[in-house]
Amino acid sequence: MAKVTIDGVEIEVPDGTSILQAARMIGPTVAPPAMCFYTNLPSSGGYCRTCMVEVTKGSEKDPRPMPKLVASCRTTVMDGMVVGNRTSDKAIDARKGVVEFLLLNHPLDCPICDQAGECHLQDLSYENGSAKTRTDFERRTFDKIDIGDKIQLHMNRCILCYRCVKVADQLTPERVHGVMNRGDHSEISTYITNAVDNEFSGNMIDVCPVGALTDRTFRFKSRVWFTKPVTAHRDCDKCCGKVVLWYKGDDVLRVTGRKDQWGEVAEFICNTCRFDKKRTDDWVVEGPTNLSRHSVISANHYEKLVVPNELTLNDIKPLNP
Amino acid sequence: MGKKLLLQHDNVPGIDTYEVYRQQGGYASVEKALKMTSDEVVEEVKKSGLRGRGGAGFPTGMKWSFLAKPEGVPRYLVCNADESEPGTFKDRYLMQRHPHLLIEGMITASYALGANTAYIYIRGEYFYIVNILEKAIEEAYTAGWLGDNIQGTGYSLNMYVHPGAGAYICGEETALLESLEGKRGNPRIKPPFPAVKGLYACPTVVNNVETIAAVVPIVNMGGDEYAKIGIGKSTGTKLISASGHIKKPGVYEIELGLPVEEFIYSEEYCGGILNDKKLKAVVPGGSSVPVLPAELSLKTPTGEPRLMSYESLSEGGFISGSMLGSGGFIVMDETTSIVRNLHTFTRFYHHESCGQCSPCREGTGWMEKITHKILDGHGTLADIDLLWDIQRKIEGNTICPLGDAAAWPVAAAIRHFREEFEEYVSNPASIVDVKHYYNIHNLVEA
Repeated sequence: MAKVTIDGVEIEVPDGTSILQAARMIGPTVAPPAMCFYTNLPSSGGYCRTCMVEVTKGSEKDPRPMPKLVASCRTTVMDGMVVGNRTSDKAIDARKGVVEFLLLNHPLDCPICDQAGECHLQDLSYENGSAKTRTDFERRTFDKIDIGDKIQLHMNRCILCYRCVKVADQLTPERVHGVMNRGDHSEISTYITNAVDNEFSGNMIDVCPVGALTDRTFRFKSRVWFTKPVTAHRDCDKCCGKVVLWYKGDDVLRVTGRKDQWGEVAEFICNTCRFDKKRTDDWVVEGPTNLSRHSVISANHYEKLVVPNELTLNDIKPLNP
Repeated sequence: MGKKLLLQHDNVPGIDTYEVYRQQGGYASVEKALKMTSDEVVEEVKKSGLRGRGGAGFPTGMKWSFLAKPEGVPRYLVCNADESEPGTFKDRYLMQRHPHLLIEGMITASYALGANTAYIYIRGEYFYIVNILEKAIEEAYTAGWLGDNIQGTGYSLNMYVHPGAGAYICGEETALLESLEGKRGNPRIKPPFPAVKGLYACPTVVNNVETIAAVVPIVNMGGDEYAKIGIGKSTGTKLISASGHIKKPGVYEIELGLPVEEFIYSEEYCGGILNDKKLKAVVPGGSSVPVLPAELSLKTPTGEPRLMSYESLSEGGFISGSMLGSGGFIVMDETTSIVRNLHTFTRFYHHESCGQCSPCREGTGWMEKITHKILDGHGTLADIDLLWDIQRKIEGNTICPLGDAAAWPVAAAIRHFREEFEEYVSNPASIVDVKHYYNIHNLVEA
């Protein structure tokens, strides 16, 4: 076990836990945002740099601070480590920079984006970014690609988190898409327009933090905050069959995996459940889904800000705006 | 005349062939090393104080001693010959003219590390050197310096040359290993470090060409003797690739501790500034290191003469110092535009960013656009501050050092030559380079 202090809150976690996971154990107030890390996709994380934190004391044995900010998702805790996230000016400043970089070539087309309302980039920029842009250069653009009849790739919105690549590597028998080109011209692609066609490809939509991979069967049907999420399950021979149904009136508009507080799916579902079972009588309904703090779907569902005991509200830097 | 260790036989005709190289005392270090234990060889390198010649200057002996040695797992030595830093061409010179020196160093180093397979990862653009190296390796196999049971000692080593596909990022050691494994050349997230999990997840040492070549004189003359050459913790000799506005550009072997002034102005080395103009700035270690204005490149902030050594060049930190880096010594005379020079550098880093982590992927492109805007005379004063802010947010926040390498030149150019940027912004008409304008528009000069 290792004792680690994050933003003044002490917690004891098993050895080998990452700083991010330890912070999440304490709670959302101190947990850094993460765009590319995904608990259920080993080797993910480290790319987006939004979860950077300052380590002011390395460990009990070696109390020296770490010279640079570290990516909390890929750094394991040491006994006696002291970490600053929302209490560290350096981390906040760097995160603000990262948000600016991520939005630099982002089309900001939220009004016509299906992901709006459950987009991690929206949340991230709202909480950590600045209200103004400092660039007036033309943004990089790509054409939309339909990868198969169920998924659409909108590369302009992609932040290259590599999550969908990890899904293809780890859940499907064969990966047929990847990252082409390099630098700011990198793109997720199938090289020669090719369908991503296998039983678990739909999970690429769930893991995508932005609106780059969207469900073609749900496109433009409804804004997500007008739909009602209901937890349900069915007996599926390919996957766990545990899903969330998104209703509008009596219609199931779409089916997704169950996302936790951090927007991550714990158990991936198959394409049959996702795309082909859109009638209430296909499912055993369990009840309304508890909404997470993320996204405007939970708007008007006021949640009390839980502040850990050791931390006072004054310690926490206010979020924007 | 400074001491020559790597290039001492530079003028011997046919030194790239095995027979001539052997006559000149080649492969003596292998003979000597094979009679020692591998730990003794590592000890000699440690005593020599040799520091990595690729740019970071990390002590080689220490790097070697970090190599994990689990039972039953192969170890690898990988030579980083992906020399792509703008302004650096010393490894090309060494490999082209002295291929056997590198191979000899590789054998000695592999023996010291207990590696039975060694790779030379060479830059794709050096395709003609691949043939030179492969011919030399073939000769070494024939002469019994490579293969099974080398010289009857029971030690076996196989060596392969692997050309890259021409990406700067593949010079970063973990990206190099990814590329060598046949994957996309993206840097890995560290830890684990290559010394624990490198090539094919086995312990691996990655060293620069010049570092490996320097093992040869170290073993031949002994670590203590080697440590006497140079100054302080910068021991031995260093190859410097001098380019820019100097009378005699080229690769020079210098003893570390040579004053910068002597290097630029003496007849033995660069021979002074071209057309006897005034010195404006020096980039002492390849495009990634901070540029130094003339007064700071010849004298340290305390008024001491600036020396060509790891310590002296970095004296004053990045406020008033720079780095020895890879030894890509770029000299600029008074006619050089720092803004244009910076634009070239930012364009390079934009082109070469791998796109894995966001600050570098987006930031390098942004910096290029802004420098281009300033260069075109459309910049504003706020753009200079913006440029400064962008580099500050890239530096230290990326997976690999390419982010830092892209940020440092921008920071240094603005720090030391801010007035020049302001001149571009406030008086664009006076800056417009007619020749450049004519060139890019394919016009005939009136």
